[in-house]
Order: sequence, then structure tokens, then C-alpha cells
Amino acid sequence: MSVDTATVAKIASLARIKVTEGELEAMVPELNGILNWVEQLGEVDTSNVEPMTAVIPNTLRLREDVVDADPLTGGGKREEVLANAPVAEHGFFGVPKVIE
Amino acid sequence: MSTYRIQGATGEWEVVIGLEVHAQVSSQAKLFSGAATEFGAEPNTQVALIDAAMPGMLPVPNKECIRQAVRTGMAINAQINKYSRFDRKNYFYADLPQGYQISQLYHPIVGEGQLVIEADEKAGIPEDKVIGIERIHVEQDAGKLMHDQHPTMSYVDLNRVGVALMEIVSRPDMTSPAEAGAYVSKLRQILRYVGSCDGNMDQGSMRADVNVSVRKPGEELGTRTETKNVNSVRFVMQAIEHEAMRQVDVLEAGGKIVQETRLFDPNTGSTRSMRSKEDAHDYRYFPDPDLLPLILEDDFLEDCRNSLPELPDAKKARYENELGLSAYNAQVLTADVDTAKWFERLLAETAKASGKAPAEVSKQAANWLISELFGALNKLGTSLEESPVTPEKGGDLLALIAKGTISGSAGKQVLEIMLDTGDEAETIVEREGLKQESDTGAIEAEIDKVLEANADKVEQYKGGKVALFGFFVGQTMKAMKGKGNPQVVNEILKAKLG
Amino acid sequence: MTDLTELGVAQIRDGVKAGDFTAVEVAEAFNANVAAAQEALNAFIVATPEMALDAAKATDAKRAKGEDLGKMGGVPIGMKDLFATFDVQTTAASHILEGFKPQYESTVSQNLWNAGAGMLGKLNLDQFAMGSSNETSYFGNVISPWRKAGSNAQLAPGGSSGGSSAAVAARLAPAATGTDTGGSIRQPAAFTGTTGIKPTYGRCSRWGVVAFASSLDQAGPMARDTRDCAIMLEAMAGFDPKDATSLDMPVPNWEELLSADLSGKTVGIPREYRMDGMDAEIVALWDQGVAWLKDAGAKVIDISLPHTKYALPTYYIIAPAEASSNLARYDGVRYGLRDLPEGANLQDMYAATRAAGFGDEVKRRILIGTYVLSAGFYDAYYTQAQKVRTLISQDFQKAFEECDVILAPTTPTPAFALGENVDDPLSMYLNDVFSVPASLAGLPAMSVPAGLSKDGLPLGLQIIGKAFDEQGVLNAGLALEQRAQFTAKPEKWW
Ligand SMILES: [Mg+2]
Ligand SMILES: [Zn+2]
Repeated sequence: MSVDTATVAKIASLARIKVTEGELEAMVPELNGILNWVEQLGEVDTSNVEPMTAVIPNTLRLREDVVDADPLTGGGKREEVLANAPVAEHGFFGVPKVIE
Repeated sequence: MSTYRIQGATGEWEVVIGLEVHAQVSSQAKLFSGAATEFGAEPNTQVALIDAAMPGMLPVPNKECIRQAVRTGMAINAQINKYSRFDRKNYFYADLPQGYQISQLYHPIVGEGQLVIEADEKAGIPEDKVIGIERIHVEQDAGKLMHDQHPTMSYVDLNRVGVALMEIVSRPDMTSPAEAGAYVSKLRQILRYVGSCDGNMDQGSMRADVNVSVRKPGEELGTRTETKNVNSVRFVMQAIEHEAMRQVDVLEAGGKIVQETRLFDPNTGSTRSMRSKEDAHDYRYFPDPDLLPLILEDDFLEDCRNSLPELPDAKKARYENELGLSAYNAQVLTADVDTAKWFERLLAETAKASGKAPAEVSKQAANWLISELFGALNKLGTSLEESPVTPEKGGDLLALIAKGTISGSAGKQVLEIMLDTGDEAETIVEREGLKQESDTGAIEAEIDKVLEANADKVEQYKGGKVALFGFFVGQTMKAMKGKGNPQVVNEILKAKLG
Repeated sequence: MTDLTELGVAQIRDGVKAGDFTAVEVAEAFNANVAAAQEALNAFIVATPEMALDAAKATDAKRAKGEDLGKMGGVPIGMKDLFATFDVQTTAASHILEGFKPQYESTVSQNLWNAGAGMLGKLNLDQFAMGSSNETSYFGNVISPWRKAGSNAQLAPGGSSGGSSAAVAARLAPAATGTDTGGSIRQPAAFTGTTGIKPTYGRCSRWGVVAFASSLDQAGPMARDTRDCAIMLEAMAGFDPKDATSLDMPVPNWEELLSADLSGKTVGIPREYRMDGMDAEIVALWDQGVAWLKDAGAKVIDISLPHTKYALPTYYIIAPAEASSNLARYDGVRYGLRDLPEGANLQDMYAATRAAGFGDEVKRRILIGTYVLSAGFYDAYYTQAQKVRTLISQDFQKAFEECDVILAPTTPTPAFALGENVDDPLSMYLNDVFSVPASLAGLPAMSVPAGLSKDGLPLGLQIIGKAFDEQGVLNAGLALEQRAQFTAKPEKWW
């Protein structure tokens, strides 16, 4: 499978990365080079193989239902949460107006 | 089979409905963070670093959310998957800080289940109907955008981000707005019984995505649309009605239905296309590499099962079969878990106070709760939760009636005073002198006087005019200023009149 | 007086404890080296000399009171700028995070501060740890302190932990943190004559580390020798309830249990790593390594890791896929860069911000990752890659039934010149051919400097161990180190 300009444009749009025409042209052969190379995986017979789900065999640990048990993972920190915001007003993050 | 049809210009149309209900899991903390879930907090005050998707923040799941999803699955007789996984659903939106929602696509925690909606002739549901539930998965809620606080900006509040939701996906088994409404009501009832969701639809604790398509009877399924986040039973029904009509209009005008996301406007009762979600169709789901497979152990499942309460259908059946209540009363008392709990406490208190078995006082308790207390509370504009009459006080009152200490009509008076003052039944009875006379000697003396004074009527009665019995009862009660125990009065009168 | 910057972690720790010198003296000496080298090497994005001094003062004060100084007491270190550090700019070497000051501290860095270490500054790296030469940083290339004999050409310090490797090699820090996703600790260590270990996946918490590829990312130490790595890894590692993939097991006393005696151990030599057209120098070094390990008492056997050739393509599907999702949060809303062109709506703002904020390699990987996860391609690419990953992991499991550790080269070549590979992403990717398999399998692996190329550049040997057996890896590393006697260091030109 190889990608064309239109496909790369679509992917870039899905990934929310603005690309110029020129960038798009340059990306097509680059991405095709990489994709053609990774496609050698198709050679491997994996019909009886499970996809890996955990690198080190391990299952999911669950935490107790306690509010703010650890300040690092709890809430009540509006200042810290907003501290780096490009636009923060009245305790909110500001974004260009969205029409739903 | 529902008989709901839309009459179009080209003939009849059937409606096919499937619902995806998002129910907020009742938990103190969020699904993957320790921030609180409480409703109505100041903006961005219940946001953990991970909820704001700060770089390097990681999710650790809340056990209670998993437990509640499992219990919910058990309550709809669903398959519980001992192996499940969390996946990422990728899309960009201002209410989704991570750029992905952690959800479950490939391996949901709950599989195939079902619930039954009851026959409702008036609503066009001729008989009980089983609605299939395809799955329940656990996922994160998104944040909230405010559009009307600034001329050129939307404001983002992340308080809801990461609150645990159960997405309960039905089969497309419903064929009328009424069935869909009944399904949502039934689901809400079950969730509230299980305690996995508070069902507060006006606070957004339960929202439905409504999938609607139309077809000519017997034809293939049509293209569906999905109307998002409809937040009341009535709106669900309205949205379906409107959307089905719209689709019929489009099709009959020779148009095609576009598979799209739509928005319901409660003010107009109509739906419209949602521009902002148009291009979000390729979600690139993949297993969340920050989270390992979730394996449910047998003892965890056992605990979940053991903690399940009696569910509405079973409770209703028990009320009818064991407590001897009418189907109607059983229905009313089990409709909401809080009512049923209140009733059961009342029943226990009444039985205890009157020294009888619950089944002996159940009808009395049910009738009193439904026809007297509900009515009185209604008049006061208050609810059972805020009732000044507790089940304990109600039980004492009912016991006084059951034991014959006061008459039924005196009981009504006591209730009114009780609602007013909050006093105990016995105190009120004493104070107001409402105790009725059950002493056979005293009653007999009064009856003798009445029979003596009305000897002519006694003759007529004995001559066959049995309708006069009521007259004697009335005269006796009058003589006793209404305080004679009517049962005792009846018995003695019957004996004396032969 | 000895030049304190010639000392490693153990020597500094022990010297401060013994009162041979103060922690403040050590911090001052390294602060001075950092400042002096900044212009030439560009190893740091931000220097924090006052933080190094504050930590040193605290250590000296503790010593005065007779208190325990901690595993890293008095040791100043460099912190890869992928670790969130409280109120200190954390960028992942990207423009999109420029100016971002986390209001939290990563678990690993906090562990290090708790162990008595101090921070010299935030080290440069490949942008979002994507790269093998440190040429993708928004803040400029890191220049290796090494030069080929008779040449002034600028060399790559390796990547992505290139600031870390350069700083340790140039004596700007006795040790530094690194992170390894497909070789980002081992390859730069090999390029700079330093030692680095990537522990078993889950040993070091990922909490507070800017994510590249979650199922692969692991933090680890980079230092001058094996003992220093053991000490620092002990300080960094440990169970963290905030990371669902963190290993819930105690941290062994790696330093105490170090032993270069490999009697009774078996070393596997994977035949598939012997690739066509491999550098003769590298082959010779590898053979030398075999001899050294035999000398240390080990038995050496041939093993097979049949899916080795598929490791790189597997990695270049999985890592970009995870990255494309992990990097979606950089959207100009809550922190970092926002590019809001006139009249732009929300989605335009995202696209403009991300176009301006991400470098070319980051964009390339996001696009690849987006593509392999997209509708219709997911199974062919991503699922297939995860299946091959299972096979690669099984290869190692089978091999470890016969051997205790695996010996291989760390890299196929010595350090290359800056600019040499930038125009060809594929040839750059091939640099990680020997390091990626262990990453895919989550196994502990380290690089030990073992010799010099004919041009006088460092070469590394790699030890790969069983899951949880960092001790076995460190011990084999120590055995190599003692025999290689690698004492070369870059001649100071900066
Ligand atoms: Mg939906
Ligand atoms: Zn959902």
C-alpha cells in the first residue's frame, strides 16, 4: 500500500497538523519509504499468535474510591491546572468560540 | 409488536430505534483520577493533573467504578467478561484534553444482556417486551464548554472530565417512541435499585444517544442517524418522533438519509445536524498502552453478586405473591427504589408495633402510603424523602388503627396533625381524645339503649328489613360520639339482633 | 586537590560522606563545567546551578547533624528534559512546550531528590525523544564532546538521551537520567563511552515523564560505570501506585550484590545479530566481548532470535501509533504554545499550533502513527505489529531457557557526523537495530563502553537480561568493564 498526496492530506487533517502544499509533496515519498519498509511484517505468519497486550505479564491494578487520597492525583488545584494556560479567564480555559 | 406507524404520503413507515445510554457511575472519585465527582462545583476545581492531560500523567482505574459496572451487568442478566481492556478513542475537541477518550471498544466489561419493558396498553405496548442489551462499557466523561460568556471565546470547564460513565448499548429492538421511553425508564429504575447511577437526568447523570432509522414494513434496515445527549424520557420520545418524521419526509421527497450526528433542541422538540462533529469519524481506536488488561477474579465477582439488592421485577412479584398486594399497588410501590425502601420500613414498623406478621398488615400499609400519605404530601408539595412523617411514626399510627385503638377516620386526623407538628401518633391521640371504645361492656350498654329506644325498627328488622342494620350501627356510633370500635359494634349488634 | 568533576557517583557519595570534600564544592565544580561547556556542546536546555547548590547545602547540613545522606547524597546530576520538574521549564525539546512549567515533579526525579541528588539542569534531547542523533531538538543539536582523530567535524552524541550522554562524557555531570524507548539510553551511551542501563519495563515509574510510546518508555541512569548505574538505578526505581504499569516488587540492592564473577552463568550470542555488511570493528569488539565473558567464568553458547529482522519495522509501527495518540494533548489549550491565526476556529487553532510546535521528525511519526491506526489499516499494520511483537518476546523467552544474559553490540557503527543521516529517516532508524528488540520485549539491557574505533571513537557492548534480572545484566556489564579497562575520554576542546 502506498499513500498519495490526498491521503497524506487526510491523515494530516486527522492528526490536526496544518501542512502546506510543498510539505505535502515532500512527505509523500518519505512516508511511502517508511510504509513500504514496515510492510515486510506482512511476511510473518501470525495466524496463531495473540497480539501483545502487556510487555511484562501483569494485570491491571485498581485503586480505592477515595477523593484526593494523593494530592498528586487529586483535584482541588485550579491554580496549578490553569497555571500554564495560554488563555485562562474566570477560572476557565479560553478557546476560540465553538459552534456546536 | 408495537403498532406504531408513521403515515407517509407513500404509505406506512416503521421506526427502528436503538439507544446508547450514558449513565454516570456513582463514585466519590473519578474513573482514573482522585478528583471529586460532585455535581455543581466551581469551574475547574475538581480537576486532577491527569484530567487536564498534563504531560506525563497516567490513569489508574477506580475499583468502585469497575464494581458498579459489573453489578449493573449482573442486574440485566448480562455476560460479565472476566477479561476486558481499555481502548483509546482518538479525536480532537476542546472538552477532551487528552485528545482521546479512554473507553472500551474491543473488549467491553459487560456483554450481552436484556431487560423487560412492561405492557402498557395506553402507550401502545400491548404486551411485555424483551429489549436486548448488546454491551456495557466503562469510559470517561468529557468536559463542558460554555458558549455564552464571552463574545469570541468559549470557556472550558474540565470538572466532568474523567467522571466514570457506563455506556449501555441496546439492540435496535424498539419500534416506537413509547417503547424507547419505557426502556429508558426501566433502565433508570434498575440503575437506581443497583445504586450504580443516581439517574438524575436533569443533572446529566443519564443521557441517551438515540439511533433512529425508518423503513417500509418488511424492508431492510434504513440508514440511521444518532441524536446525541438527550436528557429526559420525554425528550427521548420527542426526538424519535421528530427524527422519524423528518426521515420519512426526506425519503418521500426522493432524498437520502445521511448517517450523521444530530443534536436535539428541547425548546423546539426538533433535531438538527451537528456541524462540529462532522469529520470525527475515524477514531483510530487502539488498546490504551498506559493500562493493562483488566482481569476480574472470581471472589470479586462473587462479592458483586452478593451485594445486589432485590431488583424491581422480583420485588414487584413478591409484593403481589407474598404480601398480597394488588398489581397496581405493587407497581406503584416498586417504581422507585426509595419508595420501596420507605414502604418496607413502614411495613416492618407497623408489624412490630401491632405485633402482627408483615403479611397481615401489608395491605393496610400499602393503601395508607399510596392513598393517604402520598396525597397528603402532594398537597404539601413535598416528597417522601422530606416527609415529616417517618416510617417509624407511620408504623405507630397504623398499629393504633390495626389494634382498634383509633378508628380509620381518626387516623386521617392524626396524620394531618402529625404532618403539621411532627408529634408521635400516641401523643396526638391522647391530646385530641381520639381513642375509640373497644370495651364490649360499654358498647353493649350503649347498644341496649339504642335497641330499646327503637323497638319498632327492631321489629321491622326481624320481619326481614335487614337494611336497617346500618341504621342501628349509625345510632350506636352517634351515641358513642364516633368512638365506638365499629367492628365490635357490628359483632354485638349482629348477636343481639339474631 | 583532585578535580571533583573527574569523580563518579560512588566516589562523590563516599567522599562527601567521609568529609573528603563538601557537597557544595562538588556542585560548584560541576556548575562551572556546565556553564563553560554550554555554548560549545549545547547539552542543557536550562541550567539550574542554584538548585544543585541548594541540594548540596542540604546534604552538607545533614552531614553536620550526622544524618543519613541517602543513596545519592551530595551527587549533582543532569535531568533529561523529558522529566517534569516542579516549576522548572520542561519541554521535551519541543517548541510546543516552550515555557511550560509543570506544577508537579515526576516520580523518578522526586525519588532522586529524596535520595540526596541535586539538579544541575535540564538536558537537551531529541524532540519528544524521537531521534537517534539529537538533531531533532527545537533547542539545537547537542554536540558530542568526542571527535574523530584528526578531525574537527561535529559528531552526534546519540539520541534521544544525547544531552545526557554528552554531559556525562564531558564531565558536566557525574550521571544523568535517560529514557529509553527503542535504544535512547544505550545508543547514546555507546556513542560517548558512557554506561547506561534500561531496566525492565515497569521498574521506573513513568508518572511525570513526557510520554513518547507508553508501552516502551523506560527511564534509566547514564553514568561513567556500572557501579554508578547500579547506585542511581536503585534511587530511581520503585513501585509507584500512580503508574498502572509500575512493577509492584521491591528494588534489589543492586550495588551491594554486584559481582563480576560469572561462573555458572551462560551467555547467549544471537546469531541473527551478525548481519551482512556489519562493521568489521564492531564484529571484532563483539568477539572480544565473548572472550572477556568467558574469562569471567561464563559459558558462551549460540542462540537464535529468529524474528530479529522484524523488530525495527515492528517498532516503527507501534511507537508512532502510540505517539500519535500520546501527543494529541499538545493542542494549545491548557499549556504550551498556541498559534491562533486571524479568524481561526478551534480546529484551525489545533492544526496551526501543532504545525508550528512540532518538528519534522515528530510530525512524520505522528502521521505514520495516525495512518497505521486509521480505519481499514489498523489490523494490517498495528495488530500485525503487536503479533510480531509477541513472537519477538517469545524468541527471548526461549533463548533465556538456555542462557542467563545475551551479549550483542549496542550499535552497528560508532558515532556518525551531525547531518550525515538527517535527510534519510530510514537510515537513521537502522541505528537502533540492536537495541530495539529488548525494548519491544520490555527486558533490561545495558551498554558498556568496550573499546575505541580506528578513528578513536567509543564503541559499546550490550547486555540483555531476563525480565527483572537487572542484577544479571549489571554483573555481566561489570565483568566486561573490568576487562575492557575503558579509560578513554574526549579531549577537551570546548
Ligand atoms: Mg454514542
Ligand atoms: Zn460513549
